[in-house]
Amino acid sequence: MKLFIMTILNGLTLAALYFLVASGFTLVFGVMRNVNLAHGSLFLLGAYVGFDVAEATGSWVLGAAGGFVAIAILGLLLQVCIFRFMEGQDLRQTLVTIGISIILADVMLAVWGGVTYQFEIPDALYGVTRLPIIKVYTTYRLFILLIAVVIGLALWLFLDKTRVGMMIRAGVDDRDMLAATGVNVHRVFAIVFTIGAGLAGFAGVVGGSALSIAPGEDLRYLLASLVVVIVGGMGSVGGAALGALLIGLAEQFGLAYSPTYGVVYTFIIMVLTLAFRPQGLLGRRA
Amino acid sequence: MRGSNAQVIRGTSQADVLWHVLVFVFLLVYPWIASPFWTVQIGAQSLILGMIALSLTFLAGYGGMVSLAQVSVAGCAGYTVAVLGVNSFNMGLGWPWLAAVILAIVIATLFGTLIGAISVQTTGIYTIMITLAIAVGFYYFARQNYNILNGWNGFAGLKPPVIGGVNWRDPVPFYYLSLAVVAVAYFVVVYLRRSTFGLSLQGIRDNDRRMQALGFNVRAHRILAYTVAALIASFGGVLMIWLNGRISPGSIGIGPTIDILVIAVIGGLGHPVGAFIGAVLFTLLENFAIDLIASERFNLLIGAVFLAIVLFSPDGLLGLWQKLRQWTAPATH
Repeated sequence: MKLFIMTILNGLTLAALYFLVASGFTLVFGVMRNVNLAHGSLFLLGAYVGFDVAEATGSWVLGAAGGFVAIAILGLLLQVCIFRFMEGQDLRQTLVTIGISIILADVMLAVWGGVTYQFEIPDALYGVTRLPIIKVYTTYRLFILLIAVVIGLALWLFLDKTRVGMMIRAGVDDRDMLAATGVNVHRVFAIVFTIGAGLAGFAGVVGGSALSIAPGEDLRYLLASLVVVIVGGMGSVGGAALGALLIGLAEQFGLAYSPTYGVVYTFIIMVLTLAFRPQGLLGRRA
Repeated sequence: MRGSNAQVIRGTSQADVLWHVLVFVFLLVYPWIASPFWTVQIGAQSLILGMIALSLTFLAGYGGMVSLAQVSVAGCAGYTVAVLGVNSFNMGLGWPWLAAVILAIVIATLFGTLIGAISVQTTGIYTIMITLAIAVGFYYFARQNYNILNGWNGFAGLKPPVIGGVNWRDPVPFYYLSLAVVAVAYFVVVYLRRSTFGLSLQGIRDNDRRMQALGFNVRAHRILAYTVAALIASFGGVLMIWLNGRISPGSIGIGPTIDILVIAVIGGLGHPVGAFIGAVLFTLLENFAIDLIASERFNLLIGAVFLAIVLFSPDGLLGLWQKLRQWTAPATH
């Protein structure tokens, strides 16, 4: 029983982390049809930058903000300098993001080396919280859950209640029609890419504090984002939440109960989704 | 890039035949003028990498499906040979090499077909995402599975057999073995371009709904394309482990997966020969990056080359070559 509850909590924490990473990925994909395979690299770069900022200022919060801002700016630059010149060329954009991820991975290895970094988290979040049945659970992990819920709600309010959010939703449904109504789609694209990249950078700091930062993490979170949005439905933030929940739980239950075949559960979920609902659980047919 | 290689299929011109003969003769005499290092590390390595990339060129160029799981298929064949045959961890079942190789190719081809059956549920960039997810998943699976695949360590001590007194591990025999397999695969792919199957596949690439309306079974064609590509990739995978003598999760990880994509794209997806042009360039850069830029920064170099090609010449080096020819001979166009 204790193991079961523990696994559920671990799964939820992981799901929260996956949601933070995948929500940006799915937004960018939904609006621009841009599969950003450098998303994992943005995550890792955000973690490194956030770490340096946190070291320099001694504040974890500033580190998280630094991760968000730095990667958001990088995302904006990528969109304005590269991707806007190849709109509609899905495959070419994807190949470009692969090129960027190869280069970023190598640059990060050159700058930060192959060692593992560990964040110092704020005192208030340090230690454990008492809970029934399993007795104690790491406070910071509960904090991640809270953050994911807050970010999720904020994204929902932004997309559902603001004018820009309305444009973004319209862009997901029909990009050409949105442009035809006189909206400057380039600005919408730039906003979405900035937010999406920023979220990846922010998730890097949050996730890097829960686990650690090291080369290779970029790949792990890219895979997570891919599977989460394939399962949840591409372009849907709600789908990202649902997908993250399923994958996070599947991964932790796999790890706890059958370590050698843990990955297989994730893939069974993905294959079943593709077989019966190719557009994803909450996705709509393009 | 889609559509850019939808060129009119032309007959084999005399110039093409001449080129093929020249290159083939060069490849035949190559080991007699090259050192063992150049024969194996550059020659055989390029041929084998090119062969795996060829399977991607076939899928992407003819079928319009960019699969990132071709290395996983090759790795599946390699792992099967290692598990069934003899390896230095005494974990092999000790089957005779021929049985192990045949079964490996059958299993890997089925694996590739299964990947195809899953990925053709969706099209376009979704294919990249799904096949990438499968490739990374297979990598993590191999890394975690100690029961059969020996986890992180993988297998070592894999070598080609000794047949008829010839040790096929020696540089020159191994080079010719690779060349023979590659030549067959290359000409099969070239032949398929103008076969009924190849033509309908290219039709599906250019307009799948029209082909569907004409009565073609689009799904079956696409899955069959994955099967053919898997067959090519699995032969490449067997040669690859014989070349390296070992296989581990690292050999099927994201690095090699991306390398194969880079090779195919740098060379150009428009013609099967692009895979080999890309492979030669890649192997040369990999081995001599140390002279151009510090060796540990090889990925930066290859990433930059790849990015430059994608940004400025989407049809790869082949595309550059064609543009060059058009400039130098404007009268014929």
